[in-house]
Amino acid sequence: MADIKVAAYICKGCGLGERLDTDALVKTAQKDGKVPLAKSHEFLCNADGVAMIKNDIANEGVTHIMIGACSRRAKTEAFHFPEHAVARANLREGVVWIRPDTEEARETTQEMAEDYIRMGCAEVKAMTAPAGNLNTGGSKTLLVVGGGVTGMTTAIEASKTGYPVVLVEKSGALGGWAGKLYKRTPVHEPYKSPADTGVADLVSQVQADSNIKVYLNATIAKTDGAPGRFVVDVATESGATHTEDIGAIVQATGFTLYDMNKLPELGGGKSPNVVDQAGLEALAAAAAEGDGVIRRPSDGQPVKSVVFVQCAGQRDTTGQHLSYCSGFCCNASIKQAMYFKDTNPAVDTTIIYTDLRTPGNGEDFYRSAQEKGVIFTKGKVAEVLPTGNTSTVKFNDLILGDTDAAMVDVDLVVLATGQVANSGINIDALAATAEEEGAVEVKPISILNLTYRQGKDVPQLKQGFTDSHFICFPYETRRTGIYTAGPVRRPMDIAQAREDATGAALKAIQALENAELGRAAHPRSGDLSFPKVRLEGCTQCKRCTVECPFGAIDEDEKRFPVFNESRCRRCGTCMGACPVRVISFENYSVNTVGAQIKAVDIPDEFSEKPRILILACENDAYPALDMAGMNRIEYSAYVRTIPVRCLGSVNTIWITDALNAGYDGVMLMGCKSGDEYQCHFVKGSELGRTRLSKIDDTLKTLNLESERVRDLEVAITDIERLPEMINKYAAELVAVGPSPFKGF
Amino acid sequence: MSANTAVAEKYRNNFLKEIEEQVEMGDWVKMCMQCGVCSGSCPTNFQSAWEHPPQELFMMIRAGKREEVLTSSSMWNCTSCYNCIVRCPRKLPITHIMHGIAEYAHRLGMAPKMQPTRFFSGLFWKNCTHTGRVNELKLSMGLYFKDGFVQGIKNGMAMQSVALGLVKAKRLNVMELFGGHKCKDQKGVHAMLKKAYEIERSRKTAKMAG
Amino acid sequence: MAKHEYAFYPGCSSQKGASASNYLTSVESMCKTLDVKLTEIPDWNCCGASIGYAEAGELPRHVLNARNFALSEQHLPGQEIVATCAACWLGARETRERLTHSDTLMADTREALKEAGLTINEMPNVRHMVEVLIEDLGFEEMAKHVVRPLEGVKIAGYVGCQTNRPFGVAGESFENPVYLDKMVEMVGAESIPEYEQKVTCCGGALAFSEPEKAQAQIKDIVESAYDHGADMIVTPCPLCQANVEIYQGQINKRYGTKFDIPVMYYSQLMVVAYGGSAKDAALNGQVIKARRLEEIAAKPVKR
Ligand code: SF4
Ligand code: SF4
Ligand code: SF4
Ligand code: SF4
Ligand code: SF4
Ligand code: SF4
Repeated sequence: MADIKVAAYICKGCGLGERLDTDALVKTAQKDGKVPLAKSHEFLCNADGVAMIKNDIANEGVTHIMIGACSRRAKTEAFHFPEHAVARANLREGVVWIRPDTEEARETTQEMAEDYIRMGCAEVKAMTAPAGNLNTGGSKTLLVVGGGVTGMTTAIEASKTGYPVVLVEKSGALGGWAGKLYKRTPVHEPYKSPADTGVADLVSQVQADSNIKVYLNATIAKTDGAPGRFVVDVATESGATHTEDIGAIVQATGFTLYDMNKLPELGGGKSPNVVDQAGLEALAAAAAEGDGVIRRPSDGQPVKSVVFVQCAGQRDTTGQHLSYCSGFCCNASIKQAMYFKDTNPAVDTTIIYTDLRTPGNGEDFYRSAQEKGVIFTKGKVAEVLPTGNTSTVKFNDLILGDTDAAMVDVDLVVLATGQVANSGINIDALAATAEEEGAVEVKPISILNLTYRQGKDVPQLKQGFTDSHFICFPYETRRTGIYTAGPVRRPMDIAQAREDATGAALKAIQALENAELGRAAHPRSGDLSFPKVRLEGCTQCKRCTVECPFGAIDEDEKRFPVFNESRCRRCGTCMGACPVRVISFENYSVNTVGAQIKAVDIPDEFSEKPRILILACENDAYPALDMAGMNRIEYSAYVRTIPVRCLGSVNTIWITDALNAGYDGVMLMGCKSGDEYQCHFVKGSELGRTRLSKIDDTLKTLNLESERVRDLEVAITDIERLPEMINKYAAELVAVGPSPFKGF
Repeated sequence: MSANTAVAEKYRNNFLKEIEEQVEMGDWVKMCMQCGVCSGSCPTNFQSAWEHPPQELFMMIRAGKREEVLTSSSMWNCTSCYNCIVRCPRKLPITHIMHGIAEYAHRLGMAPKMQPTRFFSGLFWKNCTHTGRVNELKLSMGLYFKDGFVQGIKNGMAMQSVALGLVKAKRLNVMELFGGHKCKDQKGVHAMLKKAYEIERSRKTAKMAG
Repeated sequence: MAKHEYAFYPGCSSQKGASASNYLTSVESMCKTLDVKLTEIPDWNCCGASIGYAEAGELPRHVLNARNFALSEQHLPGQEIVATCAACWLGARETRERLTHSDTLMADTREALKEAGLTINEMPNVRHMVEVLIEDLGFEEMAKHVVRPLEGVKIAGYVGCQTNRPFGVAGESFENPVYLDKMVEMVGAESIPEYEQKVTCCGGALAFSEPEKAQAQIKDIVESAYDHGADMIVTPCPLCQANVEIYQGQINKRYGTKFDIPVMYYSQLMVVAYGGSAKDAALNGQVIKARRLEEIAAKPVKR
């Protein structure tokens, strides 16, 4: 904090000059903000304005810059001073655009602006410009786990982009699931017949690529380190271990078909003439080797009638089987029905479905099957009864309303079972069981064998697929630098898996490049700040290590936290969690926010001017508020908004401080949490909310009403709803009455 | 062997195939995706008496419900409004299929005997092909007398007010009973139609044989 | 020489003394004003209207229409065929499409035609009268002749099925065609664009064979016209006209309604607006008299 010199700049452009008394704002910065240099400018973001700031940096020794103009989300390029601490007071979207341009409103609008200037000055003083992380690694090699279509495509794409790849496949051959198919669903015009799988071509591309190193019959024995500097032990069949330096990882471990033995009522496991889709592929491949005739497994007679049972053990509402739709199996059954029709149109092929899900060009494929004479029957199969060499399929005909419909003398029944992700150990379940019973039941084998404190594999979502921010960042797992692609991430077909592979390859490359530069990956991509811990104050409480949604923090032998900066996403959850507040970022800390809270001028209880603190998530809530401003939607002049990185970064001290300072209420705005979360930091808002749920006790000790703190789930689209909620809350607080802490 | 047993023999349990080969536009039935838009668009479906809307009929065909389909009165309730046709996402010529199935059921002698529309339909065709032009009075009289003389008088009485209105407005000519409109070249018309029937029958038979 | 000449296919219902004879009369007057010459195809036969399907089969149906095509080609070479009846137009157009798309069907048809000593060389265009008015003349031309606007009359444009589906008038939607409304405006009356039953089926031939079913539909059509304050209904189709008009009495008995709304052809409206007499417009052919139109037709013409 040695030689800091703060300068405040107030912009008069965009109507600020007309709506606000900018001279008074300059005085506020000088008097209350205590900045030595404060100026206003007609048009701060134009060349002249920016030159003025640059000149002050060069000639006046300015190190800290407070800009009172538009939102921090606007004009980021003009106000880009990476070497300096910069704070922004949002006078445009946050003040004049949300206030009516009337004489009566002028006073409260001006007060709002003055507070934001005070807050900006206080904040910038508590900041330093981030120096960047030095603990980086420079490995540019991509590790791909899994040698199926997804894995091979990832490897080829990354290699083509110029990055070396290490590909690890646990079986003795490349190809994965697709390698076992006779043919695939078509992806080219005219989408009428099954197509070649293309696996052989992929395999030869991989084999011919000197940039791709392939380990067959191999597994990952250990993954250590962080993006840019992973150290991975590859164990081969022979027992030998090879160590590889890796920059980023793509896990493409695919799926296993849901076990049809769990479906005895559908004949699963009861007869060789009841098979799953893999079973049929094998029969078709065998037939293609011979005379082309698909034969009944029980006695080798040609199949004359076949029934496909869709959604077998899927979309199940009883809780016994898979609750989801795997998405690929309708097309797969259509394709398999064509195996029969294309060789002998006289074979009776019936697909019994409840809904046929053939999106996109699958529609053409479906029509083609109808043209070829495949019969589609809408019904729900109740029972498959194998007797001798045939089976009876009993079903509820949903169109004709016949609950006792049946197909008899069926030679072969194919069950369309779904995809179960090969995602390794479910570390959360492991933690839960460990807590409950103290004993761990047998789990699937780990895939990555991470040495991370939080577990050996990437975290999963509710269905066993790997967790990622499904909408915004589909490939990013909750382990920075480790990406999942293909059916391990969500159920999908080959075409989708190939797209996934390409996306994940690019993301992984971006991650290792960022890691080398010490920059954050999404959603704060490019951020150079990272958490710093003052270990002298640490009580080894482990909250940070447990809560970090990204497994960035390990522990040393003395149980002190060890931060792996390259794994960190800069969400600040650790900072919010730390009870002794020893974790901070250079440009975001308990102090930078705390100082702003304290800088607000709290009018006394007789003024009838309440103050409401809003802590708004910078990913969704803050942009939504900005957009409300852009749309000129008015809201209360009594709110003071501070953006936070994530609800997870909110330290309860801020709330207690605010209430003690006489704020009448605190609104917290964060993304949706839970299974359907929208939080950009996945678990951040959930953890934040858990922490805040304990605030009631605090309120009680302070003798305050529970209405004083309000938690709001916000989406970026809540542009109209947010101002409504704010105004409603402001009105409610009037009913509750002023805070008793004012003036203390 | 009746016509019906002959085809039943030939197609065995493959009713869909039978429909494809014997019914006008029948090869479209397999393309229905059971969305139900036709049923929802069909005016007669909103009334109680309709057994099976097109979607359901098409499913019944695929399920091999031969007897039920061919003896159904459903096809005969079609008003040729073409609502279904313009809305079907699969572009099935539904109206024509409905007529086609009806015609086939009639051809096999399986259509419900006293289904009024079937009766009217046949009557209409006879009426218009007999002279080459429709005689509206004979057409109505024929319909009302389909259930016999006494019922015919009753039906005629029920429609009396309607008919009288038309007569008054000079839009129903009582003289039609004794002649009325006709084509001059009736012989040509008959010969031409006879030929057309011959050709059509022989084509359908060829399909059965092949 | 008339401005426009067509081979005319009147169809059975438009013959003298048949259910749509008033249509024919008014079309004739209308065409006179518009300088459109219609020449009846000599010795035409019935189109086989779709209700004949039980006996008809495919080929015989098309052969019937093809005979008319052949006669037209022989006697009125080069002229397009115009039909006034929706069902005739539809049937003939369907035959045209099918024969054009199937060589087998075409060959079979030629063989059958031979029996009547006829043949087809060229496939004629088959147009509905409404198409001719809209496409060949245009609203502007039609409006020019209005000398007695039907002021103050509110008319529900009931398009029905067969001029609308499956072929329809070019540029119109199946669900909400607007040409009739435009015609109503054109003759100086008030249209009801929001008339929601404008494409509901009138029951077609079911009105004869299963009246209770058809009448339920007709009831909706009439009721909605009343709801929108219509003075009368206008339609382009003889079967629609007949069904909606002549069963109102029976519907009143069945449902206790008090329906008594005239149902007109567009051509009748045009003839009156063009200054024609009640006789020219065949207003005497209405079962439910169109008093408002009769009054207007009795008024002198503003020139
Ligand atoms: S965009 Fe921002 S910096 Fe530029 S003139 Fe407007 S308020 Fe000032
Ligand atoms: S893709 Fe089809 S078969 Fe597979 S689960 Fe979904 S609906 Fe069922
Ligand atoms: S909680 Fe967030 S900021 Fe803290 S170490 Fe983990 S990822 Fe980084
Ligand atoms: S939360 Fe704070 S006190 Fe607890 S272990 Fe982490 S740094 Fe130490
Ligand atoms: S609208 Fe077409 S596709 Fe849909 S159910 Fe009817 S016939 Fe089948
Ligand atoms: S054409 Fe026939 S089947 Fe189709 S909607 Fe109209 S009445 Fe129903």
